[in-house]
Amino acid sequence: MPIQYYIFFCLTLFSIGVVGVLTRRNAIIVFMCIELMLNAVNLLLVAFSKMHSGAALAASPTSTAGIDAQIFVFFIMVVAAAEVSVGLAIIVMMYRNTHSTDINFLNRLKN
Amino acid sequence: MSTLEILFFALSAFAIVSAIMVLVSKNPIHSVLWLILVFFAISGHYILLNAQFLAIVNIIVYAGAIMVLFLFVIMLMNVKSDNEPQKKLLTKFVGVLSGGSLLILLIALVKQTAQLQGKQVLMKEGTIGLIHPLGKALFNDYVLPFEISSVLFLSAMVGAVIIGKK
Repeated sequence: MPIQYYIFFCLTLFSIGVVGVLTRRNAIIVFMCIELMLNAVNLLLVAFSKMHSGAALAASPTSTAGIDAQIFVFFIMVVAAAEVSVGLAIIVMMYRNTHSTDINFLNRLKN
Repeated sequence: MSTLEILFFALSAFAIVSAIMVLVSKNPIHSVLWLILVFFAISGHYILLNAQFLAIVNIIVYAGAIMVLFLFVIMLMNVKSDNEPQKKLLTKFVGVLSGGSLLILLIALVKQTAQLQGKQVLMKEGTIGLIHPLGKALFNDYVLPFEISSVLFLSAMVGAVIIGKK
């Protein structure tokens, strides 16, 4: 499978996430779109890791090139899990103060 | 077309349609359910790439834990779909336009990159995605980041409790 197909697919998912962040006003949906963008990047990292692994395996059959990217994806998932727990706590606190998850309420942060 | 190509395109179309449905559904609960479908499609892509460990971790962590947390928060808040404020039509149009421009720009860039021409992704072969080599790398070369991530989890846990307690 050419690497371009994976890049195009992941770019599409990423752009859908960007459009969601720009067009929706519910903070939870915005947060979910950020998760979507993270996942698109994860899939692209794994695709690149398999691309390098395929090139290295053709040179030497015992090569483990490309394994760093998969470890990296694992750490991205770890950080995303921590980020979601704190982010959802912030959204819950925002809902308790304003009784809404509208991100336009957050413009009072500027005062 | 080979079976791999059919699977690749079917999973990609499924993921993209589900991702668009995340945006257009009015009810946040439906959005979460569509997002779970996106994550399952991405796990299918990981399996196609023989990254079995990441496929399972993606299902357990994302579709299992994170999405359940989202559903839990949405049901706790009892967010109604009809009273959700909408952005102005012009803002929506500009948002879609800028996202589409970003997509077209990046695709044009990738299309003319010479380094990526003719590069192939190794499908369904190779052992680097299996749990044995990954575990060896994780606990030999990456043991310090692994331990630091446990500190990150502890601080996230403390932070979430402190923020939620107020």
